[in-house]
Amino acid sequence: MSVVATFEIEYLQYLDTEGRLIREDLPAFARDIRQLVDIYKLMTYLRVFDGKAVALQRTGKLGTYASCLGHEAAHVAIGSAMQEDDSLAVSYREYGAQFFRGVRARDVLMYWGGDERGSDFAGPAHDFPWCVPIATQCLHAAGSALAFKLRKEPRVAVCTVGDGGSSKADFNSAINVAGAMQLPLVAVIVNNQWAISVPRSAQTGAKTLAQKGIAAGLDCIQVDGNDLIAMRAALDHAIKRARHGHGGTVIEAVTYRLSDHTTADDARRYRPDAEVKEAWEREPLKRIRAYLSSLNAWSDEEEAAWKAQCGDLVDAEVNAYLETKSQPVEAMFDYTYAELPPDLAAQRAEAIAREHGG
Amino acid sequence: MAQITLIEAVTQALAWEMKHDSSVLVLGEDVGVNGGVFRATQGLLQQFGEGRVLDTPLDETTIAGLTVGLAAQGMKPVAEAQFEGFIYAMLEQIICHAARLRNRTRGRMSVPAVFRAPWGGGIRAPEHHSEANEALFTNVPGLRVVLPSSPARAYGLLLAAIRDPDPVIFFEPKRIYRQYKEEVPDDGEALPLDVCFVLRDGTDVTLVTWGAQVKETLEAAEALAADGISAEVIDVATLKPLDFDTIAESVAKTGRCVIVHEAPRTAGFGAEIAARLAEHSMYDLLAPVERVTGYDTHIPLFRLEMKYLPGVDKIVAAAKRTLAAG
Repeated sequence: MSVVATFEIEYLQYLDTEGRLIREDLPAFARDIRQLVDIYKLMTYLRVFDGKAVALQRTGKLGTYASCLGHEAAHVAIGSAMQEDDSLAVSYREYGAQFFRGVRARDVLMYWGGDERGSDFAGPAHDFPWCVPIATQCLHAAGSALAFKLRKEPRVAVCTVGDGGSSKADFNSAINVAGAMQLPLVAVIVNNQWAISVPRSAQTGAKTLAQKGIAAGLDCIQVDGNDLIAMRAALDHAIKRARHGHGGTVIEAVTYRLSDHTTADDARRYRPDAEVKEAWEREPLKRIRAYLSSLNAWSDEEEAAWKAQCGDLVDAEVNAYLETKSQPVEAMFDYTYAELPPDLAAQRAEAIAREHGG
Repeated sequence: MAQITLIEAVTQALAWEMKHDSSVLVLGEDVGVNGGVFRATQGLLQQFGEGRVLDTPLDETTIAGLTVGLAAQGMKPVAEAQFEGFIYAMLEQIICHAARLRNRTRGRMSVPAVFRAPWGGGIRAPEHHSEANEALFTNVPGLRVVLPSSPARAYGLLLAAIRDPDPVIFFEPKRIYRQYKEEVPDDGEALPLDVCFVLRDGTDVTLVTWGAQVKETLEAAEALAADGISAEVIDVATLKPLDFDTIAESVAKTGRCVIVHEAPRTAGFGAEIAARLAEHSMYDLLAPVERVTGYDTHIPLFRLEMKYLPGVDKIVAAAKRTLAAG
């Protein structure tokens, strides 16, 4: 018997939970402290926004909302590592990645507030909307990557998927075809340990989720998803490889969903408080803040001032959302086809007539 | 001018549009070197190269999902499901995304794609190769559903389908892929995607059908004529959106209607046409609407499949019942 192939999965981490650097080879981007501070500031904004969105749902001003609490480093790293021309295909809680690309908090609120205009967001027109059918967005990214490759454009398609989503055909199809066709695809599995109530251990017998990329012929790496520097380093490497035609990568970002799955969920039903409490020790904001403080790049005063400013910024977004009037009834018809077929035009007229008591 | 079959008309339309629009590409299983299992993409790889004719991994989910992504980024993909019975793995991508992306994004993104598949029974094929599942798609907002029944209509409707800015399900009746040839000018002229075609004028009864059953329906009309009954034959061709006006006008003239389709009867697309006749043409009708369809069973394996499919005798009998009724 002979060995025909061997594989290993590397784990990448730069900062420990106290924000201490545990590697010497600090990546170039992390030496730009001003940029690191900017990214951290967006993580803080994200957390303030997230809390506000949950509160809006609790007070009946928002529909079901999927919180991103605990995912901030992974999400923001994705957005910050991409170029505008690249295409992003997310599931439904990666607001941090999207904010970096120009999506506004009011867009997120519009979507969860029951208005399709949220997905006509202020981000790049070639970014995909929030995608509820699990993992299906991964193939949209693969298709985008194929379009870029066929047109010889130096663009990269990035998709995100959860640990649960990594069980689904569409994710496995996407990474498989990316390997087969050498597509510029970066697939980030945001492993937050829970697919609603089902733990990561119930999704697969595989030791890591990253290794699913091995079978597809992609590069793979497992990263501390709460470590901003590690996440960004892994993404920079994967995106650069993809952009230069060297193929795709699967990044498993190991993190933890500190919130319920959505506001319609109660995670206390299925996971112990102790686990969540322990996960808070590893949460992503604390450690990058500690790191920045250790470099004297961020002070408690700055923290307090920025948090207050985030509150004002988010309030302005919330107000913009709350002040946006509903679409007229005919809006449900107007984007079904490029041109409305006659029978649908008749139904549209009927709906308008009903609005006017007809 | 060359006489060509329906399958050759499909190839001719693909080649025309690929030649004139560099964003059009073909993807599927065996569409490359092999030219498709029915040869629909024969010669396209040689003519247009690997960047335009893509053999995918053997996974319909991949084909459909790539198609959505490609189309959203400005390409015009023509995806092939090797058989209509394999299209089910594509449904989530077609229904949740291809059909819906324009609506979900308020028109920011769209999916100008065609999903082609050989369709229907009667070729002694293996299991899962003979289905008539068009009604699954006619219930989906955002899709167009097209079923040509002649070489000329296959050519013109496929061109229209590729040019359409929305996703089109394009089912090709494989039983008549090579049944006969006709002259189809390769002139890039598309046919309208929103009209029924009146194939035969008549005054006594309207026979409405689509796909391969057009053949049997025309033969039935011939048989009825021999008995002095004048049947009008309508090929619906585009099921969604439905050109009901053409059907209603015909029924206003004849007062009788027989709907013929291969698919199972319950909630088959004939039910939609019958419902619309009940809504809009009740007072034109002299007799109850008849449906000649497949049974509400799975299409049997091929020893029995011809007993499942509607045939000339069943169509003739149904037409005569409408005449006897009023």
